[in-house]
Amino acid sequence: MNALFQKSSKPILALLIVAMVLPIIAPTYYVQFASKAMLMAIVAVSLNLAVGYGGLVSLCHAAFFGLGGYMLGFTSSDSAGASIWLSLPVALFVVAAVAALIGALSLRTRGIYFIMVTLAFGEMLFYFFHDTKIGGGSDGMYIYFKPEIALGDLTLIDLEDARAFYYVALACLVGASLLIRMLVKSPFGHALAAAKGNERRALSLGFPVFWIRLAAFVISATLAGLAGYFSAAQFGFIAPQMLGWHLSATVLVMVVLGGMSSVLGPIFGAIALLGLEEVLKASFEHWKLINGLLIIALVFALPGGLQQMASLLIPKGAAPEPDLQSMPPKEAVPHV
Amino acid sequence: MSEILLKATALEKRYGGLKAVSGVSIDVHRDEVHAVIGPNGAGKSTLINLLSGDAAVTSGAILLRDRDITSMAPQRRAMAGVGRSYQKTTIFADATVFENVRLAAQAHGGQPLRMFGGVAKDGNVNARAQAAIDEVGLTHRSQTIAKSMSHGEQRQLEIAMVLATEPKLILLDEPLAGMGHAEAARMIEIIHRLKDGRAVLLVEHDMDAVFALADRLTVMADGKVIASGDPEHVRNHPDVRQAYLGHEDGVAA
Ligand SMILES: Nc1ncnc2c1ncn2[C@@H]1O[C@H](COP(=O)(O)OP(=O)(O)OP(=O)(O)O)[C@@H](O)[C@H]1O
Ligand SMILES: [Mg+2]
Repeated sequence: MNALFQKSSKPILALLIVAMVLPIIAPTYYVQFASKAMLMAIVAVSLNLAVGYGGLVSLCHAAFFGLGGYMLGFTSSDSAGASIWLSLPVALFVVAAVAALIGALSLRTRGIYFIMVTLAFGEMLFYFFHDTKIGGGSDGMYIYFKPEIALGDLTLIDLEDARAFYYVALACLVGASLLIRMLVKSPFGHALAAAKGNERRALSLGFPVFWIRLAAFVISATLAGLAGYFSAAQFGFIAPQMLGWHLSATVLVMVVLGGMSSVLGPIFGAIALLGLEEVLKASFEHWKLINGLLIIALVFALPGGLQQMASLLIPKGAAPEPDLQSMPPKEAVPHV
Repeated sequence: MSEILLKATALEKRYGGLKAVSGVSIDVHRDEVHAVIGPNGAGKSTLINLLSGDAAVTSGAILLRDRDITSMAPQRRAMAGVGRSYQKTTIFADATVFENVRLAAQAHGGQPLRMFGGVAKDGNVNARAQAAIDEVGLTHRSQTIAKSMSHGEQRQLEIAMVLATEPKLILLDEPLAGMGHAEAARMIEIIHRLKDGRAVLLVEHDMDAVFALADRLTVMADGKVIASGDPEHVRNHPDVRQAYLGHEDGVAA
């Protein structure tokens, strides 16, 4: 269930170190790109709590992402950045409340119907912002100043600085991953997975399946909202497209590509997908077509996701000095 | 006479025009196995579903001790002390035996939905899970993935899960179905131990098992109870011979 964490805390530590030093050596453009990718990775990681662990294939997570962004827009003024201490909690609370409502209604359905109902709710939110003047309609709205992280007059972190922003995004990604990991390993997470495995059995054991799923859905949505809040801050702009099903589907592809059976897999899915897009964009005119074909090919070629490819690329014997205490003896532990 | 743990009165379940269960009243006592038999389609599984909450009654009342559970959802009945197995094995097929039973124990532990701290931490839950696994004789299978076990072992696992929820009332829907002779003998032994301090309602086609286990016997046909009471008495009831087998050969094979 959480194989990636158990198997390889060292590679993850190495990656984290690379992520820490990247802004020091990389040009600003790449630092910004990496920030954007990490924010998408947060959406993917949190969507996977619902999809991979809960079996709830949501197609409205972009709506929560976008709503988080709009909330930053609403709490910002034209003359100064919003205070993050007020604006972020408000944004997260509103996203959580909307997710609770959408979840409570959608979770009365199962399987393909759940997908369709969440899609419908996502589109409702899209048209709500698209067709009303509340968020500037189809033009969206500008966010002229990034939120301020300050104590009194003292600025703690200046988000206008691309590298500072990068570290905040990284901290959010690490925090979100740790939170999801904690949930997945907890009794709550096991109950969530049990309900996915056999709902009838979970109920007859006494688990309140509906509430468990609703909680997972709301947590997952709120983290997507967090990512949306910072994405809107990064671009200085929020528009209805950020709420649309296209983005929801893209994040779902990230999750599938990265592998749904681990906490961190979706991060690699997000980075791979955005990286691919970036490379293709620079090289081809019809990059979207090529991108689409490549994704289809990848998903079919790697049913277990990119994570399995990574373990194929790094043969077990070649792993640098395995930590004997934390590594289970070979073949002794079945991978569930 | 021992305490009545479950009292169901005048239960009725309609599926469209079909009365799957009609006018069924049944008592299940503590420390007793109450067997329910009847031909295919008699309404036995439907009766269990009504008692467990998997299906809602059309009319009638169900009391667990003094508590009216007639309209409670299945997960709330489970928390109130009703455990059940299904005619078709219903387990977490992709998880280990231990995880299956641990989940059952978790649902009835102190903090079933705690969001922090790993599951290994909860010593009491783990101990109860292990005890239930030992009880059904699956100790050596603890780390085996459920779906890779034999049918009989999977049924034992399902019983262990029910046990780990510490139920007052246990509903078993054909626990011996599809088992070999040795497995069936083992299961009969397990069920015999289950009734200690609990009430067991057993639906079963295997007559040897029924007469070995039952303290009370109810015969159903076409959704109705046609006889109920002491097993020896019911066995020789003429209506039972007629309705159950369609001829006069008697119930016991
Ligand atoms: N969900 C349902 N919808 C419609 N009809 C049903 C449903 N469940 C059961 N029935 C019908 O109710 C009747 C009783 O079925 P039930 O499964 O309770 O019988 P049973 O005594 O358990 O039989 P068996 O020995 O074959 O398991 C049958 O005619 C069956 O077709
Ligand atoms: Mg049946």
